[in-house]
Amino acid sequence: MTAPATPAPAARPAPAQRRDVAPLLLVPLLALAALPLIGDLSTWITLTAAGLAMGMIIFIIASGLTLVFGLMDVLNFGHGAFISVGAYAAAVLAPSLSGLTQTDSLVLNIVALLALIALAMAVTGALGYAFERIIIMPVYGQHLKQILVTVGGLIVAEQLIIAVFGPVQIALPLPAAFRGSIVFGDVAIERYRVIAVAVGLVVFAAMLLVLGRTKIGLLIRAGVENGEMVEALGYHIRRLFVGVFIAGSALAGLGGVMWGFYREALTPAMGMDVMVLVFIVVVIGGLGSVGGCFIGALLVAVTANYTGFLAPKLALGSNILLMALILLWRSRGLYPVAKR
Amino acid sequence: MSSDTAPLLTLTGVNTHIGPYHILQGVDFAVPRGSLTMLLGRNGAGKTTTLRTIMGLWHASAGAVRFDGADITAWATPDIAQAGIAYVPENMGIFADLTVRDNLLLAARSGPIDETRLRWIFGLFPALERFWSLAAGVLSGGQKQMLSIARAIIEPRRLFLIDEPTKGLAPAIIANMIEAFRELKKNPDTTILVVEQNFLFAKSLGDAVAVMDNGRVVHAGAMAALAEDRGLQQRLLGLSLDQHQ
Ligand SMILES: Nc1ncnc2c1ncn2[C@@H]1O[C@H](COP(=O)(O)OP(=O)(O)O)[C@@H](O)[C@H]1O
Ligand SMILES: [Mg+2]
Repeated sequence: MTAPATPAPAARPAPAQRRDVAPLLLVPLLALAALPLIGDLSTWITLTAAGLAMGMIIFIIASGLTLVFGLMDVLNFGHGAFISVGAYAAAVLAPSLSGLTQTDSLVLNIVALLALIALAMAVTGALGYAFERIIIMPVYGQHLKQILVTVGGLIVAEQLIIAVFGPVQIALPLPAAFRGSIVFGDVAIERYRVIAVAVGLVVFAAMLLVLGRTKIGLLIRAGVENGEMVEALGYHIRRLFVGVFIAGSALAGLGGVMWGFYREALTPAMGMDVMVLVFIVVVIGGLGSVGGCFIGALLVAVTANYTGFLAPKLALGSNILLMALILLWRSRGLYPVAKR
Repeated sequence: MSSDTAPLLTLTGVNTHIGPYHILQGVDFAVPRGSLTMLLGRNGAGKTTTLRTIMGLWHASAGAVRFDGADITAWATPDIAQAGIAYVPENMGIFADLTVRDNLLLAARSGPIDETRLRWIFGLFPALERFWSLAAGVLSGGQKQMLSIARAIIEPRRLFLIDEPTKGLAPAIIANMIEAFRELKKNPDTTILVVEQNFLFAKSLGDAVAVMDNGRVVHAGAMAALAEDRGLQQRLLGLSLDQHQ
């Protein structure tokens, strides 16, 4: 896809392009504010690293959901099912990759992780396609029914997992080289957290690239803003949406694998548990905004880790409080998408 | 394909409901090939609903919309667009978060933007060249209107539906719009249907005219005839003499 080069600079100055940076400062400010409360630098670093890692995983899960909502106004509570299914798919394949995961070779471990991710994404992507056709398609434009059928889908998925794997938690041990910590002086950061941050950044960068630089990405952004106009320009937004739904489901599967390894254990309800945070993130970020979703995910996870340490009883409440504060500041989320 | 003398677009007995409301109540009119047809009528007469029904954004509950012989009444909007109809909605429908460039890139459905055509558009609307890589949301109302029209003409299309291109624009920009439409009309294959409230604008550009009231077309004919007949204007549009001087 080529476009004409940018024309020569204009004689008359262009109107100032508003760059909205305030939300970018939230995570650093929150981290700085927490430092004196926590008191101890190495504890603070540990908590912050944990928060960032968890935030990246939540972002991976939430990014697909926010686009699905933005593009077609579809409230998909069933998204949580893809988290669990992705994680369980990885747990099924993991034993047969033990040759790769039991060695201390970081490279072989990464190959194994990528294989597990590929499988989980393929399974959840395919499941997402079926879910869209069978469950979502009949209830377009009907929010109440969407909530009912997608929650129903989530419950069915959870029960199917219980039927196959049993109700108790199963282990998903980390590959050997991902265990332990990287130590700088008296500060230790768990290796897997670094890996989770790296995976999250790769996903974020890939999404920005696709959304900013490709025609499909431009169509998705345009569709979030004004789907009717995208159709009037001659594009079938339904087809675009199915693609986004599949990609979003696959990303939830990827997030499920990362989350499963983070906890090193899977439970049938893990998807539903994470969804509470995911919805808070999507609302905080601004429905349909990937950038807002990224910041929102980091905020929510860092807040959860700080309060988990400072006042464990307030952990979930703190995120609801966070959401309330953000919505008081910006009632439609950090980066509200301009709607027609 | 029908013969070259048949109208490009024909509406016969078109009825459109929006929810419980019966908005279009049997719209009949035709847009001749190669003409600029003005669709006039007071606020709420059903002009926008007519364009949206042609585009498939509302679907007619009765009657037929024919485009170049094909019955497009039940077609989906993207298919109607792909048949060669470009639409400039009343609210302009620009993508505010996308740059001017990306707005045009999406409108150029069949591939990269044609460089010569882009130069031609920059000639019509120089502001678009100046603000090429800015988010379209920061443009002024007039510039957004230019972008919306540029999107429609970035590739050759067979029919242009343009809803109130002068709405809310300053006189200087309206003059720019008139020039742009004159330039568009130079191509004899261009067929345009424009909804207007500004009678001066309509009079200076229109070849044919249809006037709507209460969800029906109540008059259709040559623009020149309506322009000369003040009594008819008065009756159809409620224009007083001084309003259109
Ligand atoms: N989305 C809608 N819901 C309900 N009524 C509508 C809607 N859009 C238009 N109408 C009604 O349909 C009539 C025609 O509207 P419209 O086609 O926009 O008129 P015009 O473009 O000629 O001003 C008006 O009475 C308007 O109130
Ligand atoms: Mg109108």
